[in-house]
Amino acid sequence: MRYAAKKLAMMLLTMVIVSFLAFLAFQIIPGDPTARLLGADATTESVAALRAELGLDRPFFARYGAWMQGALRGDFGRSYSYAMPVSELLAGKIGITALLTAVSFLLIVLVSLPTGVLLCARERPGLDRAANAVNQIIMAVPPFFTGILMTLVFGLMLRWFVPGSFVSPSEDFWRSTAYLFFPALAIALPRIAMTVKMLRASVRGELDKDYVRTAYSRGNSRWQALYRHVLRNAVVPTVAFLAMAAADLVAGSVVIEQVFSVPGLGRLLLTSIANRDYPVVQAIVVILALWVVLVNGGADLLNQRLDPRLRLS
Amino acid sequence: MLEVRDLHVQFHGVDHEAVRGISFTVENGEILGLVGESGSGKTVTAMVISALLGADRAAIRGRIVLDGVDLLSAAGSTIHQVQGKDICVVFQEPMSAMDPVMRIGPQVEECLRLHTKLNKAERRARALQALRDAELQDAEAIYEKYPHELSGGMLQRVMIAAAIISRPKLLLADEPTTALDVTVQAQILALLKRLNEERGMSILFISHNLNVVRKLCRRVAVMEKGRIVETADTEAVFYHPQADYTKRLIAAIPTRRKLHDG
Amino acid sequence: MLKSKRPRRMIRGGMALSGCMAALALLGTVWTPYSPTAMSGAEKFAPPSWVHWFGTDQFGRDIFSRVACGVGTTFFIALGTVLIGAVLGILIGAVTGYFGGWIDEALMRLNDALTAFPSILLALVFIALLGFGKYNVILALGVAFIPSYARVVRTEFARHREMTYVRSARLMGASHGRIMLRHILPNTTQVLLPALVIGFNNAVLAEAGMSYLGIGVKAPDVSLGYMLSESQGYMMTAPWYVLCTGAVIVLLILGASLVGEGLQERRGQ
Repeated sequence: MRYAAKKLAMMLLTMVIVSFLAFLAFQIIPGDPTARLLGADATTESVAALRAELGLDRPFFARYGAWMQGALRGDFGRSYSYAMPVSELLAGKIGITALLTAVSFLLIVLVSLPTGVLLCARERPGLDRAANAVNQIIMAVPPFFTGILMTLVFGLMLRWFVPGSFVSPSEDFWRSTAYLFFPALAIALPRIAMTVKMLRASVRGELDKDYVRTAYSRGNSRWQALYRHVLRNAVVPTVAFLAMAAADLVAGSVVIEQVFSVPGLGRLLLTSIANRDYPVVQAIVVILALWVVLVNGGADLLNQRLDPRLRLS
Repeated sequence: MLEVRDLHVQFHGVDHEAVRGISFTVENGEILGLVGESGSGKTVTAMVISALLGADRAAIRGRIVLDGVDLLSAAGSTIHQVQGKDICVVFQEPMSAMDPVMRIGPQVEECLRLHTKLNKAERRARALQALRDAELQDAEAIYEKYPHELSGGMLQRVMIAAAIISRPKLLLADEPTTALDVTVQAQILALLKRLNEERGMSILFISHNLNVVRKLCRRVAVMEKGRIVETADTEAVFYHPQADYTKRLIAAIPTRRKLHDG
Repeated sequence: MLKSKRPRRMIRGGMALSGCMAALALLGTVWTPYSPTAMSGAEKFAPPSWVHWFGTDQFGRDIFSRVACGVGTTFFIALGTVLIGAVLGILIGAVTGYFGGWIDEALMRLNDALTAFPSILLALVFIALLGFGKYNVILALGVAFIPSYARVVRTEFARHREMTYVRSARLMGASHGRIMLRHILPNTTQVLLPALVIGFNNAVLAEAGMSYLGIGVKAPDVSLGYMLSESQGYMMTAPWYVLCTGAVIVLLILGASLVGEGLQERRGQ
């Protein structure tokens, strides 16, 4: 319990640091946002008025405080390039990217865990080498290229889906999920390969340990020893790795949303970067950081449950 | 009861035998000491008897007969039935020999779970009894603990409890006290002796330490480079060692003077 | 026995592949079969042939020549990124790991916050601040990768700090700077080298991704990522465009990742 509290404090601290950095980063950039909002022929009065409206005339920490207060209520200010609050702009996008990430994560877990375990169940050097080679190649194909190939093969040639025909999950959840299958798979593939590799290395390492010998001496078969003892030990580092993958998926979705024309958070981030729409960029950065911090914290707590030795310190 | 006849073991990919034709017997209710330096083949012998070393890693010839059943010619499934039921093992490092993420209770019960049809409550009762038999205070609390929460000496008692729970015919103790400090060592030896006397459980006690063997075993087999060079009563070995190797082994005991005096 | 051969084979294979790619990149800077920017209305979407090995694109430009240039750009950016990230990362990691104390604590807290964040997103933020273009990509990626190097180096330096050889060097009057540079740093190569290669690999991946998104390298610089995004529009008419460009990216990453993984496995043994 005390550990959880400490962990929570750590997570909060990280969020404060990240939000501060995100805020600071967009404050120190050269150029005044009012210039772009009002155009070149703006009068001094209108600039001053807008600066006051945006709060740019107040001292730095006061602005940070005000921004944080807003952010805590879900108010991230107004977008520079769209005439609407950032929060409204984000509302529709978050669900899409969350769904994409969820499908992708599910694929990783459902494919890599059984594959990794099956590859370890028996020692077959030939199969091992083949799996290694396949793994290396999959890891070397960037998701956006996989995505492009999928659009070409499954979209244009086989016509299993129509590229660009995405419907929002709020309209039709299942059609939306079905469309997201290929993008999700494209991001998941390299991570599946990495997880399989990681899990195998971890199971290998555990199999050499003394407690496995004890398990055999009691009459466990290889399967029983694997299932009852080895996996529970091997899964601990894998959970941490999966958490990293989950955090990473968001980054992957930025690119893959572009490939499959999915109007999610990633695409919004890109257009906002291109338009220098800093309030939106800031908000997305903070939201993604929150996601990363939550995932890592959750993985830590899960590992606590799985490995009693971690509960001590 | 256990009879080993002309046992040869050669690891695959190695050009010499680790065990070169050894023979010995462990009688009912006896503690036989198997002594030798590291690399003499004593642990390999134990691993073959407990079926931890199989044909996948080494070429094994000879006969290992437990109560009339030849373990080497038995099929794989028969071996899994003997392991943990008729033959149980206590290893050297209790901390690493236990599963770190599993509570003590399920680990102690594991042999019952694999070899009997007892239900959960019955298994628990037997496990608690086994922990008490291994002279552990407060068995209920220990049952719920994880290995890292116990000391080395306690863990070795837990390992012994786990090994005796299914009342095996033979207990293989592979250097069970080497990793422990001296006072705990003496307690564990006393516990093994008591279990042997009260239950008539046969023990094959493997050690590199003649001193320890002397406290526990009436008979001892001395191994060198894969062969048994001498089998005799422990006291006889001590005072009238026949093989040169045994003489050197005794001479190497640092407390030899004390032994003769006391 | 079987294990010890594998890392070596991986490293060799990866080196050979990376060597070919580097040769292609070098070639691209001095000579290409055609000018990478020369357009030809008559030769739009010519399929691969002896004349145009990888075919031509929508402007009739020779894809092989463009790919060779693109590999050059990618190498340039990836090496620059590794240089910036590694030099600063090693500096920060060495100082914090060696001296420890509250600066170490504070910087590592910051580092944890940053590494928790996927580095490509970090680079996107920097790009948002700096603007597009080759040098800004190098800067953005280089800075984004600093934490990952700093963490590796810090751990090593903190470990070596307590070792006897460092203490005796100290007793013999060696300065802190000398100990860090001459004594500890050479001992960390085992860990640093795979980290550098994997960093290169990540840089290639990130640059291609950013250029694909149109927020990386700007024209007239040729970039594989940007070519890929262009080719996506002509997948049915000119499949060779997307396939050749993509394959080169895959080979580039495969070479570096084989070397990196091989080095890591060799250390693990």
